[in-house]
Amino acid sequence: MKNIVKISYRNLMRNSRRTLLTTSLITIGVLFVLLYGALSNSFKSYMVGQITDSMLGHIQIHKKGYIASVDNLPLDKNLNQKQVEKITKILDENENIESYTFRIKMGAVFSNYVSSTNIRLNAIDPKREKSTLPLFSSRIKDSHKDILKKGEILIPELLAKGMGVKKGDSIVLVANNKKGSVNGMNFKVAGVIEPITGPGGRDGYFHIEDARKILRIKEVEVSEIVIRLKDVDKIKQTMEMLKPLNEMKNQKDKPALEIHSWTKLSPFYNIVKMLDLMSLSIKVILISIVLISILNVMIMSVYERIKEIGTIAAMGTPPKTIIKLFLTEGLMLGVLGSFIGIIVSFIVVYATNAIGITYSFGRQSDLVLHPTLQLGDIVNISIIVIVISLIASISPAIKAANLNPVDALRQN
Amino acid sequence: MIKANNLQKSYQMGEINLEVIKNLSLVINEGEFISIVGPSGSGKSTLLNMLGCLDKPTSGEISVDGQDITSMNKTQLANFRGEKIGFIFQSFNLIPVLSVYENIEYPLIMIQNLEENERKKRVFELLSEVGMSDQANKFPNQISGGQRQRVAIARALVTSPKIVFADEPTANLDSKTSYQVIDLMRKMHKEHNTTFIFATHDEKIVSMVNRIVTIVDGEITDDKRISK
Repeated sequence: MKNIVKISYRNLMRNSRRTLLTTSLITIGVLFVLLYGALSNSFKSYMVGQITDSMLGHIQIHKKGYIASVDNLPLDKNLNQKQVEKITKILDENENIESYTFRIKMGAVFSNYVSSTNIRLNAIDPKREKSTLPLFSSRIKDSHKDILKKGEILIPELLAKGMGVKKGDSIVLVANNKKGSVNGMNFKVAGVIEPITGPGGRDGYFHIEDARKILRIKEVEVSEIVIRLKDVDKIKQTMEMLKPLNEMKNQKDKPALEIHSWTKLSPFYNIVKMLDLMSLSIKVILISIVLISILNVMIMSVYERIKEIGTIAAMGTPPKTIIKLFLTEGLMLGVLGSFIGIIVSFIVVYATNAIGITYSFGRQSDLVLHPTLQLGDIVNISIIVIVISLIASISPAIKAANLNPVDALRQN
Repeated sequence: MIKANNLQKSYQMGEINLEVIKNLSLVINEGEFISIVGPSGSGKSTLLNMLGCLDKPTSGEISVDGQDITSMNKTQLANFRGEKIGFIFQSFNLIPVLSVYENIEYPLIMIQNLEENERKKRVFELLSEVGMSDQANKFPNQISGGQRQRVAIARALVTSPKIVFADEPTANLDSKTSYQVIDLMRKMHKEHNTTFIFATHDEKIVSMVNRIVTIVDGEITDDKRISK
């Protein structure tokens, strides 16, 4: 094998300019695929992290029909005490679940004593919210250890700007409960919360006990249960494990609950799918580049060396060895191209991180890209290039091995 | 060593059936230094290719070293050639990316798969016999035509073949170099008792051989043994 590699290498170096050109094409292809993967992964993981770790969690449980009317923030579609107890029992027994939190989602009128506006609110248990959504507190400007106490409210940044309200100010919330009666309460602004992309990304927050008071709720009642998993990759498995919840029936003997993963709740998942599709398209382009360039070089190589192939065949080189010689040449082009491509990708990714490229998405701006090359991507691309290099070399190699030595020796 | 019986070779060129070898029978014994001569297009190269296991007859039988080669498949023929036969070509046909040493070593690695020490021993012996020891590390484009043919002779003999086929081995060489190469082949023939079969027009070779087989239009018209 060592000698096959030696002869193949020298044959490639025989036409070094052509080898360099083909290798460069493969290098550029590998670079684009790896770079695109690193950038889109950086974007995806940041955005998905933001969405799941600061707002949606990994899985949410609602009363059946809640999601369909979520824009109205219906209070008559909350989970009752009995349901919450049953659900928490199942959640506590599930080993995949790290933590979960309860929320009451509602709308209210927000007043700064001068003017008023509507506000969407999440009533939360701050401790549970913090452990279920580890990035939640990072969204609060000037946050302190106790992110939210009773009698306090976190208001969305845009509303704070629009209403001229800042941390420490007093405000009034006026809300209707599900029976229609109106109630109002004073709150102190505990902080301003930054917006994020996705549903609920521009909501305000206050304490769940305060929500019970303002809505005059006596029993346990929650709009949604947000679940955080120990391993985000186990969403499907956990959804399967939570199937008993789907079997819970209401009084009409219809399913009482609905369980959704974040991928169903956030429209960003469609962007993720689109990015993945684009990644696949770029891989297809890479495959085409490798296939066409190596096929071209190998076909040329066979035609240029017909007499030489005839000579080694006449001397008794078995057809298998001739095939190996040409496959090795194609393989070396692929390996060399992908190796240089990986090295260049590392350099470009390092440079991108050093420069610190920023971007805006939705209402979020100055987000910094932190591309990283994933080992899985590198291995994946290397395997694709190597396999395609071999596939591209098979036909010319077989052609070389099948040459009739007499005809081949006649060529000039 | 070689027995060819009722050989016939024809090519279909459109509607025309071109018969190149016609019912030819020939026996070549071990250790012969034989030349197949004849005008251009007489079929001598075709005969040489068939006897050298590179091509198969349309009909007839060929046995080389006691083995029927007409029934062998492509891989069996390749293995047989690698083991028993050496070739010397008109235009030397050295592998340009390999050095002189590596060209001679090629059949020992790629075909016979010998150990490195054994390869080294055989290659250096042959290099010395053909007087090319000092050129071992040069590449084919760095040596003269005569030197290239010497390397080709060494490459043909390095596997210790029973038979060496040489198709117009001196056609690309000047007269002086041709004599040197012919002398070398004679020397190798004597030293190794290898059967040499030439297809040539070259009078210089014809005058050196001990048997001349003349072919005209695919048939043997004369088979002359010359005692030296």
